[in-house]
Amino acid sequence: MKPKETAEHYILSSSPHTHSNASVRRIMLDVIVALLPTTAAGVYFFGMPAVWTIATCVATCIVTEALCRLAMKRESTIGDLSAVVTGLLLALNLPAGIPLWMAVAGSVFAIGICKQVFGGLGMNPFNPALAARAFMLISFTGPMTTWLKPFWWRTPEAMTTATPLASMKTLFAAETTASASPHGLCSAATGGLPAIWDMAVGNIPGCIGEVSAIAIAIGAAYLLWRKVITWHIPAAFLMTVFVYSLVAGGAPAMAQVLTGGVMIGACFMATDYVTSPITARGKLVFGFGCGLICMLIRQFGGYPEGCSFAILIMNSVCPLINRWTQPKPFGARK
Amino acid sequence: MKTVKSSFKFRGGVHPDYNKELARGKAIEKMPVPAELVVSMSQHLGAPAKCMVKPGDFVARGQVIGEKNGFISVCVRAPADGKVKAIEKRLGPAGGMADAVILDTTAKPDGEAATAAPILPPLDWRAASREELLKRVEDAGICGMGGAGFPTAVKLNPPPGKRCEYLILNGAECEPYLCADHQVMVERADRIRLGVDIMRKVLGQPAVRIAVEANKPDAVAALEKAFADIEGNVEIVVLPVMYPQGSEKHQIFATVGRVVPEPPALPIDVGCVVENVGTVAAIADAVELGEPLLSRVTTVSGDAVVEPKNILAPCGTKYADLVAFCGGEKVPPAKVISGGTMMGFAVSTLEIATTRTTSGLLLLSSKRVFQYASGACINCGRCLRACPMRLNPAFISKVVDANDVKAAEDAHVMDCIECGACSFGCPAYRTITQSCRRAKASIRARIAAEKAKAAAAAGK
Repeated sequence: MKPKETAEHYILSSSPHTHSNASVRRIMLDVIVALLPTTAAGVYFFGMPAVWTIATCVATCIVTEALCRLAMKRESTIGDLSAVVTGLLLALNLPAGIPLWMAVAGSVFAIGICKQVFGGLGMNPFNPALAARAFMLISFTGPMTTWLKPFWWRTPEAMTTATPLASMKTLFAAETTASASPHGLCSAATGGLPAIWDMAVGNIPGCIGEVSAIAIAIGAAYLLWRKVITWHIPAAFLMTVFVYSLVAGGAPAMAQVLTGGVMIGACFMATDYVTSPITARGKLVFGFGCGLICMLIRQFGGYPEGCSFAILIMNSVCPLINRWTQPKPFGARK
Repeated sequence: MKTVKSSFKFRGGVHPDYNKELARGKAIEKMPVPAELVVSMSQHLGAPAKCMVKPGDFVARGQVIGEKNGFISVCVRAPADGKVKAIEKRLGPAGGMADAVILDTTAKPDGEAATAAPILPPLDWRAASREELLKRVEDAGICGMGGAGFPTAVKLNPPPGKRCEYLILNGAECEPYLCADHQVMVERADRIRLGVDIMRKVLGQPAVRIAVEANKPDAVAALEKAFADIEGNVEIVVLPVMYPQGSEKHQIFATVGRVVPEPPALPIDVGCVVENVGTVAAIADAVELGEPLLSRVTTVSGDAVVEPKNILAPCGTKYADLVAFCGGEKVPPAKVISGGTMMGFAVSTLEIATTRTTSGLLLLSSKRVFQYASGACINCGRCLRACPMRLNPAFISKVVDANDVKAAEDAHVMDCIECGACSFGCPAYRTITQSCRRAKASIRARIAAEKAKAAAAAGK
């Protein structure tokens, strides 16, 4: 909307006449900054394949966004940096050794199908990066579940391995047959799980950006400090996972929180503005739902990991949550 | 009398750049009467006053030139001696056209000297009856000077069955740039004190809360001095600096912890009467000195004006004269705002004149004016957290964009106070406040049409 200029050339517009200078670009920049620690950790643990995957996804997302806008004859939206965020998030949720053409396919799917088809930023019902990851998991199941070991170049005889999630699934099964199996908060000596410390720093196999819980926590703290996100979704999500695993048994509760996609999911994927509820109460419900579904899939589902599916399922009920958790106006009678 | 910190914090609110340093502490300067005054008949909320003069008439300062026209209305008095040049429709600050008396203040009636005597007989407020005092407030043409311009005599006379328990003085002045109320509190604290004494008598000795934002410590000190010996339950409440602290509903909550229900409920329904500090001082002048409300303090500020000032000018002074009194334009203004930057009105010309509610005039250079293109809502929730009315502005703006006014109405858009906090913080630069305004206007129009239809049906 371009303000109208009058004969005396004073700009006319409706109040307010001032602005906080907040912008979508600034928010996206903050998210990128917040993702840098976990990106760096991923590169540290998985080396050049991680670099190539990240570069491929980001570049493809930008190009796809530009081409889509061109095809739709709409103004370019590369400048808002949301395509960069989508590309980065997708790459961080991929295994480092994935063939790059698959990364390209995933990125095109994320921006083209999951975002621009719906009208671009703000209109997509599902988190584009997660929807693309789900698409890739189904289409390229093998490569998507082949995990490089951290520092794989030091052990050329066995560069790939299973993630701790597979062992944790077994622990759930063990729990159901022999309920006396030891479980607790942090006793990670069970079931061949890595030490809690390794899980926290990220010295475990997994997706590029999901392994280092500490790096993710640093980024999340930055987002909270910058007031880009609120505490509601991460807190509800992580608490639900933690309490569920305490109650259900199996692997130690801390291990459930620190492995797989839970940390990056709770802090960066579930907090995506467009696909999460807008009210504080809605965010709590949403976080709880994500945590619950994630753990149900981890315990009973066909995949060892359920974090992305949990968030995608909750994305789909987001409009409903919004409807149920409308705020009550100041002074409202009912 | 004691000074306390506000113990109730409302949810929401924003922190705009206040830019108050431009005019802060500038002593109120009385401006000479300009050669031409444009005196609007619609300087208040409610029915415009009925014009009582015709072109060619000579009028004396204080003479009634517009008569109170209905229950919610006030009279208009000539702010200066002069000759009526014309009576015509003139553009008001808010964009509407209203009848205005154009006064030539240089013309003098033959042989007659201007009278210096008080316009109304001074009243001893202690001896005067409640009715006499109310009549005086009405005769003096006093309306709320904070912005809305609600006739003060109506406010001071609660309907039967409703009692004022708290008289709240609004000295928050949370709008950026404006310092008029601040300076009135500093320089005229004793007048505010007298006004409070009079209003308490009229309202039946309610408790008093004087609300001042924490960024005005000198105003608090001046008020503490003026109110030191007042009896009864009187407190100066220091409010945290937060926009929109000056909103009536939020001020009531911040000072006494009461919540005014949805419209059509009024502050008096929770036992409160809120008056702007300038209005209170005007009541003191009207009663003690017999001086009607003919002039007011207006902050003229902004980076495009040579010297920002707090000016006491006759109501009806053209903006161009105010700017000239401030030394003119430093740079060509890109935007001229009547009021503050959060809720003020952008105006198209400096030919518009002040009214009894003009608290500020801002001339902003292009550096201070932001122009923008709105994007899609990213659902970030900043507007929800900023909304002091706890609405869902994001939802409302989306449904208004889709022309679904009914959905906006169901989302309580009529509760919106149009403070602008949502638009202020929107990273997508969406025109959320503006959408709310649009929805409210269309809902009001629909209700009016329904009423007219019902009336027509009843008439058959």
